[in-house]
Amino acid sequence: MSNTLSLSEPSVADLSVSDRLRKKASRHMKERVIESLLFLAAAMSVLTTIGIIYILVKESYVFFQMVPLSDFLFDTQWTPLFDDAHYGIMVLLSGTITSSVVALLVALPLGTIIAIYLSEFAGFKTREIAKPFLELLGGVPTIVYGYFALTFVAPLLQKIYPDLPGFSLLSAGLVMGIMIIPYVSSLSEDAMRAVPMSLREGSYAMGATRLQTALRVVMPAATSGIASAYILGISRAVGETMILAVAAGMQPNLTFNPLESGATITSYIVQVALGDLPHGSIGYQTIFAAGLTLLLITLAFNLLGFWLRKKYREVY
Amino acid sequence: MDANVTPVPVTPTLKADVRDLDFYYGSFHALKKVTMPVYERKATALIGPSGCGKSTLLRCFNRMHDLYPGNRYEGGGIVLHPDNTNLLAHGVDPIEVRMRISMVFQKPNPFPKSIFENVAYSLRVRGLRNKSELDDRVEAALKGAALWKEVSGRLSELGANLSGGQQQRLCIARALASDPELILFDEPTSALDPIATASIEELITELKEKVTILIVTHNMQQAARISDYTAYMYLGEMIEFGITDQLFIKPQKKQTEDYITGRFG
Amino acid sequence: MNELKSGVSESMELGTLRRIIVRAKRWDLFFVVLGILSLMIGVLTFAVLFADMASKGLPRLNWEFFTSFPSRRAANAGILSAWVGTILVMLVTAVAAIPLGVAAGVYLEEYAPKNWITDVIEINVSNLAGVPSIVYGLLALGLFVYQFGFGQSILSAGLTLALLILPVVIVATREAIRSIPQSVREGSYACGATTWQTVRDHILPYSSPGILTGIIIGMARAIGETAPIITIGALTFIAFLPPQPYVGDPPAGLFDWLFAPFTVMPIQMFNWTSRPEAAFAENAAAAGFVLVFMTLLMNGLAIYLRYRLRKNIKW
Repeated sequence: MSNTLSLSEPSVADLSVSDRLRKKASRHMKERVIESLLFLAAAMSVLTTIGIIYILVKESYVFFQMVPLSDFLFDTQWTPLFDDAHYGIMVLLSGTITSSVVALLVALPLGTIIAIYLSEFAGFKTREIAKPFLELLGGVPTIVYGYFALTFVAPLLQKIYPDLPGFSLLSAGLVMGIMIIPYVSSLSEDAMRAVPMSLREGSYAMGATRLQTALRVVMPAATSGIASAYILGISRAVGETMILAVAAGMQPNLTFNPLESGATITSYIVQVALGDLPHGSIGYQTIFAAGLTLLLITLAFNLLGFWLRKKYREVY
Repeated sequence: MDANVTPVPVTPTLKADVRDLDFYYGSFHALKKVTMPVYERKATALIGPSGCGKSTLLRCFNRMHDLYPGNRYEGGGIVLHPDNTNLLAHGVDPIEVRMRISMVFQKPNPFPKSIFENVAYSLRVRGLRNKSELDDRVEAALKGAALWKEVSGRLSELGANLSGGQQQRLCIARALASDPELILFDEPTSALDPIATASIEELITELKEKVTILIVTHNMQQAARISDYTAYMYLGEMIEFGITDQLFIKPQKKQTEDYITGRFG
Repeated sequence: MNELKSGVSESMELGTLRRIIVRAKRWDLFFVVLGILSLMIGVLTFAVLFADMASKGLPRLNWEFFTSFPSRRAANAGILSAWVGTILVMLVTAVAAIPLGVAAGVYLEEYAPKNWITDVIEINVSNLAGVPSIVYGLLALGLFVYQFGFGQSILSAGLTLALLILPVVIVATREAIRSIPQSVREGSYACGATTWQTVRDHILPYSSPGILTGIIIGMARAIGETAPIITIGALTFIAFLPPQPYVGDPPAGLFDWLFAPFTVMPIQMFNWTSRPEAAFAENAAAAGFVLVFMTLLMNGLAIYLRYRLRKNIKW
């Protein structure tokens, strides 16, 4: 490198003024070029977002020219591939909501309990073993969870409740809940452990027990982080695809009963993509309209999370 | 000189006494055979250079060391009077100890709750739910901590919104609310400006009429101003204990004299 | 002088106090049991999942399984095209995501001025992390497959997964860089180094284990991703390998494989899972076992690296 200082090179003082200036200018150029390249890399993420919005809006625009928005929002049937086509997103939304509620009923309480336990009760060793384990649990591919829900959990549930169909929002939702636990517990635990020890000491010094300290001091102090964890859990549940595509059946079904089978926004997209829909057909356009709906939902939760973080920003 | 000295009763009542206490952080021997009395409704100051074990000794009184693994108490223990309970005995629940002995920390550490809830906390962990009783006792504690006038109109605001000195008085109110027998102060003014320090010192002087006080301070003038008794510690050992005025005017030990005259430390 | 307190506390009898403590501690104990049970639910599920798949799939795991193409007869079917496809797609993903992600992370930590553009990028990165993977699939379908004309190819799939794991790599890079103390930068600048020299000679070398951990976690996630690849329309029945460079007649070009149709492990597993015959379920279990094994290995490696990193930290 010409511009690093080394003993064999003439030292700065030996160079003539014009040499030094030239050197400085070239060094400056190089720095600017590198900075610009790095900036472009960072800007790629913004381009990705723009790309997502552009594609979804562009294709959805074509869709909504053929299907009125009111039909999309209020129709109670979803049969885009039939001759008598209906495009009621409610049907898919009901599947998404039902499976997400089941999943969150598992993941939020268990994730929170695990987070409190690991952060406030467990010893160093337990934590060192449990945390990587939970991480592994979160790293299992969702297709594998889907297979597990279909071939193991569903038959197991049928033993308890024989009328349960082989494909159900319940079995998919339960497994999805287990899958989401690590996301909730890990972020919540990080937030709780970031609460300074002085607050805990203050609580213990008043004669509080561990549980009282955890619930009354540590959790309120970590509200914003725990809220982020919950929001992430919700986003995961709403956006989860493969578990539902495999284990919940792909029959569009306007229901909020987890004991039935149903399609979700995500599993519908998979179903269409598996078939041979020609590019530009109305069926092809529906998946973008569905995708846009999904993006808007997750965006709404992201904004909610952003607002919650602002409102409950940690004030230690 | 003598006219200014608060008359000390000839036989003050014993509130607690430390007997041959040893304490270890893992393998580090932090307190060595410490023995000292704590007198009822008096302020006792612990002084000494940093690392001498004064905070370690203070935190033995409410068993804060139990929160962290590897800490070990040995020797005689700390006996609380009048019921003669050894605070460090295995059968004694640290939570019970902490309910009887409150603590105020070096840096104000109000909970992320309202002013009211901060003070009510020590009552709530005792299972108190009656709203009017809570109101009364929170008010009494805030008055006791000389904070009531400043915050009576905004009890629902966050404790963290107060100034540093007010936060520390809030923490004192929190410690007072449950009627403790003994309050531990761990360098309570080291994070405060001189004006806030003066108000806290004044408050402590008032408080010792009602409750026994044990205070760690790095500031010898502060010890001289507010305490009735002073203990000088060095390297985990109790070098000298005595009536404050006597200890500062006429220390018995050469080491104490070196420290208080500023020749060392 | 006031009268001496009779008991221990004026406001509460010691007996009452002890009863309250006993009750409070009973809740503590209850919670400990609850916490361990909750943890066990996670652990047990994982154990059962792994055992279930191993018991069904292990008998199918032999040499033929790895060297055969998928077949209509379950007993002859294998995962050759799937694992080759996975490796090639991962190659594209790594080549695209690692430089981009690390560069973006370095920019945000070491260069970015405090202005609204930086704010937009930062908010954007955290938002992207929350976008469901299938939405990336739709982006890729519209953009890579049709707009750019890459088709349903290895290139499209690799780039899709690269975009998907970009936030993971960026966040890991930033965290690793942030853990380097300011004094290191000051030391470097004090020697007259430029920002880039500081980054190249100090920041990147010192943060590389942390960055590597993030990359491995991102790649492990990409390996298991199914939905976006299905969305771009990857075929599920592929009984051939992508063209090898300079092989065949006429010889294939160096980069022809990028545009070849393909399948990957999770898609192969999905395909078998959705077949009703029990024999295919065994294949699915076997493929699932291989998949889980690979992701576990990668995640385990990342966890180990992080553990070592934490132990060796010197500042």
